[in-house]
Amino acid sequence: MSILGTRVVRTEDPRLLTAGGTYVDDLRVPELTDAARVTFVRSPIGHARITGIDTTAAREAPGVVAVLTIQDMDDLVPPPPPEPGSEVIEGAPLPIGGLWSEPLLAVDRVRYVGEPVAMVLTNDSYQGEDAAELVSVDYEPLPAVIGIGTALETETLLFESTESNCCVASGEVTDDAIFDGCDAVIKQTIVNQRLAPMPMEGRAAAAVFSDGKLTYWVSTQNAQITRFILSGVLGLDPGAIRVIAPDVGGGFGAKVGADRDALLVAWAARKTGRPLRWVETRSENLVGMTHGRAQEQTVTMGGTSDGRILAYRLDVVQDTGAYPRMSGFLPFLTKLMAVGPYDIPNVQTASRVVVTNTTPISAYRGAGRPEATAAIERAIDLFAAEIGMDPAEVRRKNLIAPDKFPYTTPTGATYDSGDYATALDKVLAAAGYGELRAEQARRRERGDVVQLGLGLASYVEITAADAAAGETARLEVHDDGKATVYTGSSAHGQGHHTAWAMLVEADLGIPMADVTVIHGDTDLIPDGVGTYASRSLQLGGVAVHQAALDVKDQARRVAADMLEAAEDDLELNTENGSWQVRGDPATGRSWGDVATHAGEDGLVAFVRFAPGAPTFPFGTHLAAVEVDTETGKVQLTRHVTADDAGTVINPVLAEGQRHGGIAQGVAQALLEEFIYDADGNPLTGTLADYAAISAAELPSFELLQSETPTNINPLGAKGIGEAGTIGATPAVQNAVVDAVSHLGVTHIDMPTTPARVWAAVSAARESGEN
Amino acid sequence: MIPAPFTYKRAWSVDEALDLAVQNGEEAKFLAGGHSLLPLMKLRLAVPEVLIDIGRLGELSYVRDDDSQILVGALTTYDELARSSLLAGELPLLAHAASRVGDPQIRHRGTIGGSLVHADPAADLPAVVLALDATLIARGPGGSREIGAGEFFRGLFETALQPGELLTEIRIPKPRPASEWSFQKFTKRAIDWAIVGVVVQGGRVALVNMGQTPVRASGVEEALAAGAGTRDAAAHAAEGTSPPTDINADGRYREHLARVLVARALEESAART
Amino acid sequence: MKVTVTVNGSQIEADVPDRTLLVHFLRDVANLTATNVGCDTTSCGACTVLLDGRSVKSCTVLAAQADGRDVVTVEGLADGSGAMHPVQRAFQAEHGLQCGFCTPGMVMAAVSLLDENPSPTEEEVRSALEGNLCRCTGYHNIVRAILSAAPAASERRSS
Repeated sequence: MSILGTRVVRTEDPRLLTAGGTYVDDLRVPELTDAARVTFVRSPIGHARITGIDTTAAREAPGVVAVLTIQDMDDLVPPPPPEPGSEVIEGAPLPIGGLWSEPLLAVDRVRYVGEPVAMVLTNDSYQGEDAAELVSVDYEPLPAVIGIGTALETETLLFESTESNCCVASGEVTDDAIFDGCDAVIKQTIVNQRLAPMPMEGRAAAAVFSDGKLTYWVSTQNAQITRFILSGVLGLDPGAIRVIAPDVGGGFGAKVGADRDALLVAWAARKTGRPLRWVETRSENLVGMTHGRAQEQTVTMGGTSDGRILAYRLDVVQDTGAYPRMSGFLPFLTKLMAVGPYDIPNVQTASRVVVTNTTPISAYRGAGRPEATAAIERAIDLFAAEIGMDPAEVRRKNLIAPDKFPYTTPTGATYDSGDYATALDKVLAAAGYGELRAEQARRRERGDVVQLGLGLASYVEITAADAAAGETARLEVHDDGKATVYTGSSAHGQGHHTAWAMLVEADLGIPMADVTVIHGDTDLIPDGVGTYASRSLQLGGVAVHQAALDVKDQARRVAADMLEAAEDDLELNTENGSWQVRGDPATGRSWGDVATHAGEDGLVAFVRFAPGAPTFPFGTHLAAVEVDTETGKVQLTRHVTADDAGTVINPVLAEGQRHGGIAQGVAQALLEEFIYDADGNPLTGTLADYAAISAAELPSFELLQSETPTNINPLGAKGIGEAGTIGATPAVQNAVVDAVSHLGVTHIDMPTTPARVWAAVSAARESGEN
Repeated sequence: MIPAPFTYKRAWSVDEALDLAVQNGEEAKFLAGGHSLLPLMKLRLAVPEVLIDIGRLGELSYVRDDDSQILVGALTTYDELARSSLLAGELPLLAHAASRVGDPQIRHRGTIGGSLVHADPAADLPAVVLALDATLIARGPGGSREIGAGEFFRGLFETALQPGELLTEIRIPKPRPASEWSFQKFTKRAIDWAIVGVVVQGGRVALVNMGQTPVRASGVEEALAAGAGTRDAAAHAAEGTSPPTDINADGRYREHLARVLVARALEESAART
Repeated sequence: MKVTVTVNGSQIEADVPDRTLLVHFLRDVANLTATNVGCDTTSCGACTVLLDGRSVKSCTVLAAQADGRDVVTVEGLADGSGAMHPVQRAFQAEHGLQCGFCTPGMVMAAVSLLDENPSPTEEEVRSALEGNLCRCTGYHNIVRAILSAAPAASERRSS
């Protein structure tokens, strides 16, 4: 009986539960004994010229080691000056330097509240806060560009020498002919609001520069990429840099690599020769860590009166914040996944990316795909309402059939495998959809104050979008029979140590307890890619599996030599990890024996697994909400999902990812939004105001099983990390609108706060009365 | 994240606390549970130079039956109020409201005195003591004085306390019947401050977050006294109020909520009797 | 000023700045780094410990206020033989943690909850956790863990 597919509790947990994790702020290594603390001085203003920085008073404050500004960065090569025509190309990494380039410390301009302007180094963090207040910066305010509309229309440019605030534009959606012949056409503008990823551990880094070598601990999702970035930024050979990811308290895409603040810590450590540690506060995190989402979308959908969708148009404007760190990549993914799981013959997509005086946008759980699903799922419900058909029916009529895979969409995505209608039907059955509709009808009939709303989302999403980059694994079986896995993946809560050990046990019969998994240290794992984009099991896990098979082949040769038998006559008993002549357990040799016999070469395998293609998990979510029509308050009462990510190695871990994803998805639908005023001042800059979701706002979830393997990798596994978020948001938003659609409401933008819901209900009532 | 530097002093008696306040003047603040004051200090919105810790004054933590009234010591925590069997019988409104403040950790530390003196119009207990027609006892260097709840809350974060005065006790006449109460706290999330709150005890109605102080819904009270039904009385809920506009709600929505919640509160209160 | 706090049964005495927060006293003076700081507005609960047996947010308590008092952190939950507390065991059994950052505070909040309400309903558990934020788990398994730990936690208290 293979351990794969069974419920295994995590090996990571005892330490985390009894001693706590070791996050950057917990490191008590000798190199950091004398570490000074870094406190950043940040811009309090959304858009301004810097006309002077006076650090005199700060430098005199108690415990101050140094105060650093752009003036001190004479040891770095400045970025190349902007060249004419150095545009931002969608899908390409941002050009270093160039018209839209972002400095490390602000030079002569600040473009968002929270932008780092100076660094104060003190003996302890308390002194750091005091001293930072004493740095005096003169700002000459400039008009703030807030909101996509303003960014497109205003004359104020964030970057001189650019022609507008639009840094990428791609696609055109002016040809209306695709909607000819449609019985019904709906059109809607939709806001996919700005969110703060808000991992429980904010950004943090520690650095020591000694004897020409940099040792750098950072709360990151990929140590190797971080080393590459540091090498470029500091002009250091990668061999002179060691990056270590200690325990990381969540990332959700916002800790991919290291950002300017974190990089500055490394720079300052080299500049001053003092070991340094930086741990941001939550208020800094809410404005200093990248935000997510922030798109405005216009959807147009047309089809027949019996529910067949013929044409879909998605026009996206992406607010990328003050600096286009992701260039056009997020809306590129949104457009790629625009049609979701539906078979739609005519599709048009277009996108623009604009800069605004707000925190820069980057990946956040789903990274462009939640936006795609939210748009089309809203459109489907609007279309269903327009033709008077149940939205589940409309979905079923248009889902791609199971015999159509691999299926290439008009937007250029090739879906590997899927059974979309089954997922939909499973969820409807488990939820008791018919009964729920009947209850809804009863409440509407009675005119209850508290109405019931049902919302669906059928989704497909792309995981391991960068499959070509692959992932690495090095597996070594030692003379004592134990094994060590060096993985290029970089877990920050996902439980890879448990899952990778399960894979080794399944393949080699070495018990999990004897398998050590190591990640996140570039000295030990110089070649690795990292954990984001739901890629780790299908790339990193498969690499471990392939390395295990490689080691098994090596061991067979060695065992054959030991047992003086033909390789073909040998078998590995994976129940007890014993190599033996087939059918003769008395000849059994342990892994330790075989490894010892392997001599100097040992039993070691290194694998880079880079499949040709990403994979496409899918599913359906159903949300049931109760809406108080007098106050607008929404309560999520049930959330039922089928999330199919192919082969499940450990259901415990897969469910955990789904739960966490669902919660963040629900949070976007109901509560969270990062808001600025017209001057670029954040209005949700602390957790008192940013409405992060708690246990009190959520029910327990109802998760259904579904495994449709992929043939892209030998495990048949797809990615599960972001699927929950992608499916949950539109299901809940649709449910809220559904709850009050009988009152005339057709759309409510997210988050569907009580104020928004009440406003929609009031407006519908008023226009209904007129 | 870290308060600006200050000097910490600890009082072991009320007299000592008052003396320390006199000695340190305007730059000193009393520290009780610290869950109104310390959050402000951590964001450096408040920067007192001296903190006088009165958290050890056990003599100010009590809930007592005084025949026709209940006496509550200012340093009684929300949790102690929520668990008090005396309050459960005589003043369930106060016990219930205290059980809804913040989360368990906050309720273990925060005190009724701290809440009243902080005088945040979005806080619950100020409106509760207003609805209960409480009398607040303040002790200063010159002695004790009584301040009616109606006079206590002067403005945004402003009370009738003079510098150096310490709130020591809250005296609440026992309502009859005790069971004719309702507490409607409307929030976006469970942890949030009330967007609007309504407190009802008998014929008295007070509102949370409908102005710069807790306010009595006198229009509602008058209508009830004149014999109006619940819904009709509730229609007056927003009269005389000046509700704030913030990221959660504008004034118009708050007025609407006040009417809806007052109606519900009156219905619930009547149903209990 | 001089502050003496009994932490997990041991007396820790130090001269610290008056404004020292209890959470920093625990992390930097007592060298118990499991308790984490997750916010600066008393919102997230990552810093939850027991103070004289009751859960508090140690970021909003001065070390001076804990002077002469008793603090228990997650590091002090195991029993004399080193066996995990029923709540810790349940968190592992039910996969109630992922990145682990909120976990020490969450566990202490759960211990306090079960202390005050030995047989809570699911609704009561969720309500009691409104001041403890988690970004990874969606709370589903945390709630399951606490409900499943309740009987054993009750037994441990009475023994």
